[in-house]
Amino acid sequence: MTETARPIIQIQNVSKRFGKVTAVDNVTLDINAGEFFVLLGPSGCGKTTLLRMIAGFELPSEGKILIDGQDMAGIPPNKRPVNMVFQSYAVFPHMSVADNVAYGLKIAGVKGSEIKDRVAEALELVKLGGFETRMPDQMSGGQRQRVALARSLVMRPKVLLLDEPLSALDAKLRAQMQFELSDLQKKVGITFVTVTHDQDEALSMACRIGVINKGEVAQLATPSDLYEYPANRFVADFVGSVNIFEGKLTLDDPDKAAVDCPGLGKVYLNHGVTGPHGADVGIALRPEKIYLHVPGEGKAVKAAAQDAPDGYNFARGKIKGMSYLGDITLFEIELESGACLRVSRPNLSRHDQDDFTWGDKVSMHWRADSPVVLLG
Amino acid sequence: MALFARTPVAPLEYSRTLWMRLWVGAVMVFLYAPLIVLMIFSFNDSKRNVVWRGFTTKYYEKALGNDQLVEALINSLTIAALATIVSLVLGAVAAVMLWRFRFPLKSAVDGTISLPIIVPEICLGVAFLMFFAAVNWPTDLIWPFNLGAITVAHITFCFPFVTMVVRSRLATFNREQEEAAKDLGASEWQVFRDVLIPHIKPALVAGALLSFTLSLDDFVITYFTSGPDTITFPVKVYSMVRFSVTPEVNAASTLLIILTVALTFVALKLQGVKAIAETH
Amino acid sequence: MAEQDWKANKGVFAAVSLPTLFWIILFFLVPMAIVWLYSFGENKGLTEIDISGTLDNYKRATEWLYLTIFGKSFAVAALVTLICLIIGFPVAMAITFASEKWRPWLLLGIMLPFWTNLLIRTYALMMLLGTQGFANKGLGALWEGTSWIKTLVGLQPLPTWEPVQLLFNNFAVVFGLVYVHLPFMVLPLYAALDRLDRSLIEASLDLGAGHFRTIMRIVVPLAAPGIVAGVMITLIPALGAYLTPDLMGGTDSQMIANVIERQFKKANDWPFGAALSFLLIYAMFALIAIQSMRKKVPEVR
Repeated sequence: MTETARPIIQIQNVSKRFGKVTAVDNVTLDINAGEFFVLLGPSGCGKTTLLRMIAGFELPSEGKILIDGQDMAGIPPNKRPVNMVFQSYAVFPHMSVADNVAYGLKIAGVKGSEIKDRVAEALELVKLGGFETRMPDQMSGGQRQRVALARSLVMRPKVLLLDEPLSALDAKLRAQMQFELSDLQKKVGITFVTVTHDQDEALSMACRIGVINKGEVAQLATPSDLYEYPANRFVADFVGSVNIFEGKLTLDDPDKAAVDCPGLGKVYLNHGVTGPHGADVGIALRPEKIYLHVPGEGKAVKAAAQDAPDGYNFARGKIKGMSYLGDITLFEIELESGACLRVSRPNLSRHDQDDFTWGDKVSMHWRADSPVVLLG
Repeated sequence: MALFARTPVAPLEYSRTLWMRLWVGAVMVFLYAPLIVLMIFSFNDSKRNVVWRGFTTKYYEKALGNDQLVEALINSLTIAALATIVSLVLGAVAAVMLWRFRFPLKSAVDGTISLPIIVPEICLGVAFLMFFAAVNWPTDLIWPFNLGAITVAHITFCFPFVTMVVRSRLATFNREQEEAAKDLGASEWQVFRDVLIPHIKPALVAGALLSFTLSLDDFVITYFTSGPDTITFPVKVYSMVRFSVTPEVNAASTLLIILTVALTFVALKLQGVKAIAETH
Repeated sequence: MAEQDWKANKGVFAAVSLPTLFWIILFFLVPMAIVWLYSFGENKGLTEIDISGTLDNYKRATEWLYLTIFGKSFAVAALVTLICLIIGFPVAMAITFASEKWRPWLLLGIMLPFWTNLLIRTYALMMLLGTQGFANKGLGALWEGTSWIKTLVGLQPLPTWEPVQLLFNNFAVVFGLVYVHLPFMVLPLYAALDRLDRSLIEASLDLGAGHFRTIMRIVVPLAAPGIVAGVMITLIPALGAYLTPDLMGGTDSQMIANVIERQFKKANDWPFGAALSFLLIYAMFALIAIQSMRKKVPEVR
C-alpha cells in the first residue's frame, strides 16, 4: 500500500435484506485504488452479495456505494466502470474466444481495427494468444477462466471484481493461478476485488483482507496482521488453526498482562491489553507457537519461558492423538484440566515423528508474545 | 407482491418490472376469463346464455338428471381409469426397456414408440376407425366391455407420454444405488422393487395424471372410435354445443373443470409444482 | 455402467419388451398400415374398398382446392405459432425470473388451462366471442363511449353499434388456436430459460450491453433449442387441429383435419381420406426433419 492511498470504492453503511434475511448488515468499507482486496468469509456470510452490489446486480436496501467518488445509486451494471469475473466464468458458449472478448468492446462502439488489437493484447496477457477461434466447449475450465479474465480486462475497468475465481479449479492449478492473478494485478495496475471462502487464497493474494461474518465486517487488515493479531474470536478461529480458551483478565499493565483460564491455567503476556480488570476475554494460541518437550526437561523449559515478566507460560498434558502430515505433525494433547490443546511441530529431521507417541506425558511452553487476547 | 415495486428493481428481476406484470396479468386474464365466465354463467337463471338473470342451480340438477350426459361422464371416467392403469404399466415397462438394454433396431423401436405423440390426432382417429372396421371389432358387448375399442385407442396415445416422463426420470437414476443394493445381497427383482420403483415414483404419478387427463380430454380420436352406445363426455358435449348453447353445458363443463382442478391439486400435494412442470 | 446387452439378461428383456412391442405393433403400426394401404384403394360400392394400388387419391389431393387448404392450414398454424411465441416469450421470462415464492404459482397458472378439457375451453371462448358475448359487449361499450366523447366535444356521434361477427371466421380460428396452444409454447420456453446460467445474462450486462441487446444476443441464441421445441410443440398440433376450426370457424376456415373428417363422416370416401391423412403425416415428418437438421448449440457452463 502506498502512503497516498485513494479510495476507489467507498461502501457507506450498506445493508441488504432479502425478505427477512439480512445478508449484508451496515457495512462501511473503503477499497483503495490499485490494491488487491479480498473479501473473505464462510459461505452465506454476505460477501458475494456485497460484490454483486458493487457490480450493480443487487441493489442495497440502505446505504450507498461510490465508485471513484461517484454515487452508483440508479446506475445499472452496464453503465458502471467495473467488470466482473463470474464464479461459473459465464463465458458465452455460442461465441468464439475472440467474440467473447470483443463483446464488450463492440457494444461500447470501439472501432473494428482497435477491437482486434485490444482482443489480441488481452488474450496475450492471460496467455491465451492463438486461441481466438476456439469455442468455449473446446477449452478446459482453467482456460475458460482466462477467457473470462481477458473479456473483463479488455474493458479497462476501474475495478475488476472476481467472484470465487479459483473455487472450480483443482488444487495444483489453483496454486498456480494464485500467483498468476497477483502477477496480473501488478502488471495491469487495476484494483482487484476478490471474494473467497478460502483463507490460503486470501492470505497469499491480498494486499488487504476484509473478513465478513454474518453480513458484518469482522476485521479489516493485511494478511499478516489478520493472522497474528485477530481482532475477535471469529477471525481467530476462521483464519488458520487456533486454540481458544476462555478466561478472566486478572492483570493489565501497560507492559504486561495476565489472563486466568480455567482450561489452560494462567497465561502471561508481555504487553498490555486495554480491557477492564476481571473482564471475560478469550485467549487464542496458534498450534505452531507452542513448544513441546519431554517432561524431564523442566528446567530448560523454565529458562526458555522466562521472557514473561511475572511468570512463565507452561502446561502439562498427555498425547491423546497425533496425525502425521509430512511437513508437520499435529498433536492433540489432553491437559490436566481435561481441556484439549492442539500443537503442531515441524518435522525438522526424518525421524522427528518418532519422538512422541500416543499416551506420552509431555510439557509445553510458549512465549509471552504468542497468545492473543480476544475481547470480541 | 405489490403491483408497484416498493424497493428498486434489480437488473435481473424482470418479473418485477411494470410492463412485464401487465403482460403476464393480461395473459392470465386471457387464459382464465373465458373459463370463469363459463363457470359463473352455469348459475345463470336464463335459457340464453347472455344476460345475468339471477342465481340458480337448476341447470346442475338438469345436467345431473340428463341420463345420457351422466352415462357419458361415467364412460369417460371408466375409460380414463382403465387407460391410465394399462398405460402406466406399458409405459414404465417400455421406459425400462429403452433405458436398460441395448438391442438390435433400438432406435427404430424408440422412434416408433414416440410416434403416437407426433402423429396428428385426426390421423390416429382415422387409423383406429379403419382398424376396428377391418378386424370386425365387436360392437355389441355389454358395458364396460363395449368401451374396449376406445380404451385401446386411448392407451396407444397415452402410454408414450408415460414412457417419456419415466425415461427422463430414469436418466437421473444413480446406478451405484443399484450396485449398492446388489452388493448388499438384493436380487434383480428386489432391486427393481426397493430401489428403482421408489426412484421413478414421481414420474409414475406425473404419468398417471397425464394419461388420465389426456384420456378424459380426448375428443377427436374418440369421435372416430365411439359408437352410438359408447358416447364419452367430450363427444356428448360436442353434440350439445353443435346443437345449442345452453347453461346445461356450462354446468356440466363446470363440474369437469372442478374435477380437473381437484386432480391437479392432488398431484401437487403428491409432487410439488416443480416436479409436475418438469414433466412437460 | 453402460446399457446392458439384451442377450445378457434375456428373461428380463423379454418381460419388458414383449408387451411394449405387442401393443405398438398391433394397435399402432397395423392401424397405420391399414390407412396407408387404403390410400392406394378405390371405392367399390357402398362399403367395399378395393386396394388396387391406384394413385388417384394422391392426384386428387394435389388439386388446387386441396392444395389451398393445405397451404392455408400451414399459414394458420404458422401464424398461431408466431403469435404464441410473441405472447409466450415474455411470460416465460417472467416465470423464470419470478421470486421463489411466485414461480410455482405462475407455472400452475399456465398449466391449469393445459390440463383443462380442450372442448370446454373452446366452448368457453365461443360463449365470450358470440354476438351477444362479453367481447362484443365490451367493444360496444367502447364504441358508445367514443361516441359520447365525440358529442361532448361537439362532433357528430358515431352511428349506433352493430355487434361484430367475432365467431365463425378465420379470426376466430386463429384466436381460438392461440388460446388453446399458448401453454404448449410457454412451458418448453420456460424449461429452456430456466436452464440458462443467469451469470451469462449478468456477464452481458456487466460488459455494457442493455437488456434488449442481452436478450437478442445472449438469451435467444442460448434458448434456441427451447424455442425450437416450443415452436414444434405448438406448430404440429395446430396444423392438425380439428375441433377449433370445426366449432369456431366459418365455411371458409376449414383446415386440413376438417377435410379429412368429412371424407369419413359425410363424404364416405375412405381412400381419399386415408391419402390426405398420410400427406398430413408426411408434412409432420418433414417439419421434424427440418428441426433435427438445425445446428446444435453447445451447452457449456
